[in-house]
Amino acid sequence: MAQPSQATDGMDSVPALLQRNATRFADKSAYREKEYGIWQCWTWAEAEKEIEALALGLINLGVNEGDFIAIIGQNRPHFYWAMVAAQSVGAIPVPLYQDAAAPEMAYVMDHCGARFAIVQDQEQVDKLIEVQEGLHQLEHMIYVDPRGLRKYDHHKLHRFIDIQEQGRAAYHEWIEDLKARRGQLTYNSVCVMLYTSGTTGKPKGVVLSNRNIIEASKSSSEFDKLTTDEEVLAYLPMAWVGDFIFSIGQAYWCGFCVNCPESPETMQTDLREIGPTYYFAPPRVFETQLTNVMIRMEDAGRVKKWLFDHFMAHARRVGPSILDGKPVSGMDRLKYALGNLFIYGPLKDTLGLGRVRVGYTAGEAIGPEIFDFYRSLGINLKQLYGQTEASVFITLQPDGEVRSDTVGVPAPGVEIKISDTGEVFYRSAGTFEYYYKNPESTASTKDADGWVATGDAGFFEEGSGHLRIIDRAKDVGKMADGRLFAPKYVENKLKFYPNILEAVVFGNGRNACSAFINIDLTAVGNWAERNNIGYASYQELAGHPSVLETIKAHVEEVNRSLADDPMLSHCQVHRFLVLHKELDADDGEMTRTRKVRRSVISEKFDDLLTALYDGSSEIYTTTEVTYEDGRKGAISATLKIVDAKVAPVAAAHKVAAE
Amino acid sequence: MSGPEHREAVMLDASEGYTTEDGRKIGGVVMEMKNITLRFGGVVAIKDISFDIRQGEIRAIIGPNGAGKSSMLNVISGFYHPQEGEVWYQGARRPQMRPYEVARQGIARTFQNIALFEGMTVLDNVMTGRIRQMKAGLLSQAIWKGKAEREETLNREVVEKVIDFLEIQHIRKTPVGRLPYGLKKRVELARALAAEPSILLLDEPMAGMNVEEKEDMSRFILDVNDEFGTTIALIEHDMGVVMDLSDRVVVMDYGKKIGDGTPDEVRRNQDVIDAYLGVAHD
Repeated sequence: MAQPSQATDGMDSVPALLQRNATRFADKSAYREKEYGIWQCWTWAEAEKEIEALALGLINLGVNEGDFIAIIGQNRPHFYWAMVAAQSVGAIPVPLYQDAAAPEMAYVMDHCGARFAIVQDQEQVDKLIEVQEGLHQLEHMIYVDPRGLRKYDHHKLHRFIDIQEQGRAAYHEWIEDLKARRGQLTYNSVCVMLYTSGTTGKPKGVVLSNRNIIEASKSSSEFDKLTTDEEVLAYLPMAWVGDFIFSIGQAYWCGFCVNCPESPETMQTDLREIGPTYYFAPPRVFETQLTNVMIRMEDAGRVKKWLFDHFMAHARRVGPSILDGKPVSGMDRLKYALGNLFIYGPLKDTLGLGRVRVGYTAGEAIGPEIFDFYRSLGINLKQLYGQTEASVFITLQPDGEVRSDTVGVPAPGVEIKISDTGEVFYRSAGTFEYYYKNPESTASTKDADGWVATGDAGFFEEGSGHLRIIDRAKDVGKMADGRLFAPKYVENKLKFYPNILEAVVFGNGRNACSAFINIDLTAVGNWAERNNIGYASYQELAGHPSVLETIKAHVEEVNRSLADDPMLSHCQVHRFLVLHKELDADDGEMTRTRKVRRSVISEKFDDLLTALYDGSSEIYTTTEVTYEDGRKGAISATLKIVDAKVAPVAAAHKVAAE
Repeated sequence: MSGPEHREAVMLDASEGYTTEDGRKIGGVVMEMKNITLRFGGVVAIKDISFDIRQGEIRAIIGPNGAGKSSMLNVISGFYHPQEGEVWYQGARRPQMRPYEVARQGIARTFQNIALFEGMTVLDNVMTGRIRQMKAGLLSQAIWKGKAEREETLNREVVEKVIDFLEIQHIRKTPVGRLPYGLKKRVELARALAAEPSILLLDEPMAGMNVEEKEDMSRFILDVNDEFGTTIALIEHDMGVVMDLSDRVVVMDYGKKIGDGTPDEVRRNQDVIDAYLGVAHD
């Protein structure tokens, strides 16, 4: 097995890395946060002091080794400090999704038995108070933003800076204790516990050790030659493993600076101001950005529009080749340089991606057009394939070998095998320890030799050695006639159209495929505005006959391109409907990371699914919806069911499919 | 009701105060309207109304359309001058004042039909709320040195805290004209707050808002009161909102005061019920 048992230079825990950075990079920025309109900055030495004060305060408050500390908030330096402070005192940080509803939070809090919670503000405090009765272990809550909390009972509620103050005051009392606790941390001690959102069933607590995090961070940093001078913007949920690796693992390993946006709404502005050099975003973010650019260009003047179209066409042709270092003629290079001056440069700057040296996307398949758009601008956008259980990295695309339809080669130190059923297995130093309080799941996921089942079906491509993921292994099914059914593949093809936000394809055990579709309100809304189509709500726009026509055209185009695929030509969508509501995590239809929950959807919209197959042309339905504050309501609508043309499988439609 | 004795009573009252249901301490009387009558030619907009506003409380003025609520607020802010009656502020009778003089005394307001500078950014609009605190001369402002620069920094700091408090960071640099209605209202509140007022007058802060915007605005009003201890007098149409927000309510109808008390008292008041629901004429 490839697990090194010894840490590099005694750097065997995140707090140890912090101590190293506080000396080695003492005056270099470690954290920045925009507050009151100004970027506030903490150097590594200052960050170490903040974390130490908090750690002392936590000991003072009675945190024991092995305690779980829930951390609930947006990306702010305080919460990163909280994680490292928790580790320093031998406790285990458990970051939670801050937009989770109270009952979801209650489940996780109860499952790990957190005695302490460090939370952002009144909203989170209220949520925990709401579920407190069921949480017998929860003792103290620490909040960062005091607003609105003045009148609360402060017996078990503390302000973050007060705890730090108490820690500083009790310095001499606890510093030896803190040093001792820090000294006991090893490569095997638990670094963090992260709950996976889980497309099925209850969330599972993935226990990751210092070895997992540090080894994964180290090898991936080396792979992409990350240095201490990188700038990252921390804006993805702190409960997600990616943020933990980028903003703590790699940041501490390399000593680079983590920038926190002012608020989620200002993210785009903050991105521009920081200009990160290392950037991660899920495909959806890239899609949204591209949609916005295209919408703005639609509204631009004719000259500008022509310039944009002309140079973008050139960029699409030669941009990726230039990026990959392939031979390109001098004339084309000159024109590209000109384009860079007038179009690409300013555009990258507007997007905040002007300085990106390494960019990644993962989580879902990204549309080839979207991917190529960014690459043609000269942004080194790559794909990776990962999981919480692997401390992110399973495969990565090396510079110069980037494609939209593969996820790259095995990451350094990762072994991969494909089982007989087509499922992808891996093992590495980053492979998780176990699922907390869930030995059955641990056993069914990770075998005795350390091989972990990803649950994804895929294969290695001949020649390039790149891994291609087809679908979730359990979603890959059989149609009634026994042929392969891969819904995700079809859904992704549909979702590549800007007008389609989400698609759910059905067909397992049936004769033909059908689909639920969500329109993209931004793109379709803009189209409606330009065509003078008035609408009051998502529902109304979704039911508009012209919208249905457009979507139908998209579906038929997908059908034509599917007809060319010998493996999946039978997966063409025969009938579809546009849903009357957007699929939403609050209604349980998607995970918090916005992956569709197939079973929930087919159960919840059972009547619609039946209608897709019984030949009816419309159906009346009522659906329960949950608002953000947890209240429930219902919406009802009459949905039209549209028949889409299916292309003959003779593969004669090559031209049309292009 | 003649002068001196009554005045005496007010001063006594000022030392008392009460505690609200949720445990906030409300102080003595900071402002008192005494027998205010306001006429526009032959029309009587306000007729002999008296009420007080106490330190730290949220005081609402409600009433049907045309009841004289906005006129009342304009009397407080010095925009209208009542023909009869007196305005007492911080223990002294207020002479007839221009609105800017009233503002100088620490009374800030928002308007029913938003009065922002549409072409300016949110930040600049909110900065205008600090105008009272800018004392640097024209020359110093022009060459941007010394006092002007220091002042701007200090004022910007206050403004940024308000922007943070009202969660409008994302529109800091957006011209106000491009904002939706609900946000404009919030920017107006921000400008009033930037003046760090001791009394904040809100003229229909919730008018024309949807339920969600109303909830947000209510939360901000409560937070302002809670966080800065600002005394708030507000006019509102939406009974539900008023009853939830305010500590005491004055009810007006056709220029007269028909009720005054806690939301519960007011809700039970027969005159108020009649004014709002109408009386059967049979």
